Amino acid sequence: MDKFIRLKSTAVPIPVEDIDTDQIIPARFLKATTRDGFGSNLFRDWRFDNNGNSIHDFVLNNNIYKGQILIAGRNFGCGSSREHAAWALGDYGFRVIISSFFADIFKSNALNNGILPLQVEDKILHLIFKEIEKNASAEFEVDLERQTLSSEEIGDVSFEIDSYKKKCLLNGYDDIDFLISIRSEIEEFEKIQETY
Amino acid sequence: MFDKIWDQHVVKEIPGGRQVIYIDQHFIHEVTSPQAFAGMRKRGINVFRKRKTLATADHNVPTLNQNQPIKEPLSKKQVDTLIQNCKDFDVELYGLGHERQGIVHVIGPELGLTKPGKTIVCGDSHTSTHGAFGAIAFGIGTSQVEQVLSTQCLILQKPKRMLINVNGELSKGTTAKDIILYIISKMTVGGCTGFFVEYAGDTIERLSMEARMTVCNMSIEMGARGGLIAPDQITYNYLKGRVFSPDEKEFNKAISYWESLKTDANAEFDKVINIDATDIEPMITYGTNPGMGIKITEAIPHINSDSFSKSLSYMNFNPGENMIGKQIQNVFIGSCTNARIEDLREVAKFIKGKQKSLQVKAMIVPGSKQVELQARQEGLDKIFKQAGFELREAGCSACLSMNEDKIPSGEYCVSTSNRNFEGRQGPGARTILVSPLMAAAAAIEGKIVDVRKYLN
Repeated sequence: MDKFIRLKSTAVPIPVEDIDTDQIIPARFLKATTRDGFGSNLFRDWRFDNNGNSIHDFVLNNNIYKGQILIAGRNFGCGSSREHAAWALGDYGFRVIISSFFADIFKSNALNNGILPLQVEDKILHLIFKEIEKNASAEFEVDLERQTLSSEEIGDVSFEIDSYKKKCLLNGYDDIDFLISIRSEIEEFEKIQETY
Repeated sequence: MFDKIWDQHVVKEIPGGRQVIYIDQHFIHEVTSPQAFAGMRKRGINVFRKRKTLATADHNVPTLNQNQPIKEPLSKKQVDTLIQNCKDFDVELYGLGHERQGIVHVIGPELGLTKPGKTIVCGDSHTSTHGAFGAIAFGIGTSQVEQVLSTQCLILQKPKRMLINVNGELSKGTTAKDIILYIISKMTVGGCTGFFVEYAGDTIERLSMEARMTVCNMSIEMGARGGLIAPDQITYNYLKGRVFSPDEKEFNKAISYWESLKTDANAEFDKVINIDATDIEPMITYGTNPGMGIKITEAIPHINSDSFSKSLSYMNFNPGENMIGKQIQNVFIGSCTNARIEDLREVAKFIKGKQKSLQVKAMIVPGSKQVELQARQEGLDKIFKQAGFELREAGCSACLSMNEDKIPSGEYCVSTSNRNFEGRQGPGARTILVSPLMAAAAAIEGKIVDVRKYLN
């Protein structure tokens, strides 16, 4: 997993609530057997019509919005557990998703792929959307070590992340590295476990 | 109950509050497992506990002519990859053509692999279904599938606990699907995020296992990690004699263990919700998430938000409209929510002697090979045929349309599945979620109806 320490970037706003993982990557694009290449189908049915033509008013087709940060309405990533959603966002180039609320499985999938789901209060999210509306090239700085998100309009805002996941992101560690290292403890646990 | 099961599965505490949790039963399917196996190959590791993972092919499989090779090349590749991975890593596979193949959340319970007190995971959000047996069951991502294959464990934050009590007599024509659609409409699509839900109350206690599975299945649609129901005699009767259930000698011992897991009277929950079952009517969704549901007699609400307007414009509905009388083109009866034998029996009983509307395409997709076989043995297939409904072979089918079963753009599909997201049943398709009874009634009339008018 790639490390995540600090990032300064412009951002892409999608002020829609309850964006489900079927929108992030529709099921018909889940047929690959590798983790690569999902970015070209990110938000596929919002980006392209049924004939494959770009839908001009969708933000990813608007050149003035770019960057490694996606800003989305509350309850981002609900629905299906498909990790392909995190892969598609990462493959497209996003490293941070900012929202006022994340669905659990998406949050976990993002963290397992070096993408930071950064949760802010609704009123901060509103200010961020306003700031980008006013100035598409507004920059946002995310500092994971200090747990702060900064911009001209919002100043320094702190965010929460659990200390274990923070350490994983800062060092690029996967859960699996840790789990494999304690296999013998798992074997000990199995000996005492009661089960039917 | 949640705490008791969870705490029995803690292998180790991690600084910062997370815990290493042992997983008793792991299910995998073709869509969310290939990258996990690829990761293991790269690391050069084996499956840690081979007999604790079971594989099936369900998401991508055709529901016609399953005895022939899969036509769609990418689907075929994914199913072939699963076959190869299971062979290379020595994982049991109930693949296409196997008598035990089916939707992963249908076959686990029917084989008796899903049992009270277990921790169960699968790379699929509807793993919450298995909670109906008093198990902690939840969906995971592919990185976590790899972790379970490699170590039988996950690193997790313990969720908060919510109790949802449902009490009172359900009215005629109102089913388990209506209970859960009603609850989701109250809680909203993200209202239970961060929580594990326990369903209780006399209404829940009277439900069959199939109906309990329908309720638990859709827990994820309000954001809950999972939902569970305390095991009781109904659970034990269901489990008795199944392929992987404890044998007769062990069964009573198992029951006393399962009984010990039940929630204590003084157990504390982070949140308690009380639902009056007499207030529930047949439910229907009008929007593009499962929280956008109303009673069939209610009108689509007026809500001032861009997301709400976007959703209604996708569905081509307007605030204030009634759903009754709206023309529909497709009916899909299937999915891990409502494709068990009880669902098929209920539909058959209702449509017997009736004819589907000529303008409707009505498809019934059984949840498993066993359900399909049982339906044929009971003669349900003949009833479906006479009424103009097409009985297909087992799989996820038009719930997420990864196979050929797609709803054409712009058309409406009244569906017994679990998600009405934009494009879920095909690009541009418009999904309306209901119970199997409501779906059957819509197929007969070619439009949305209140099924109760047939039941008096």
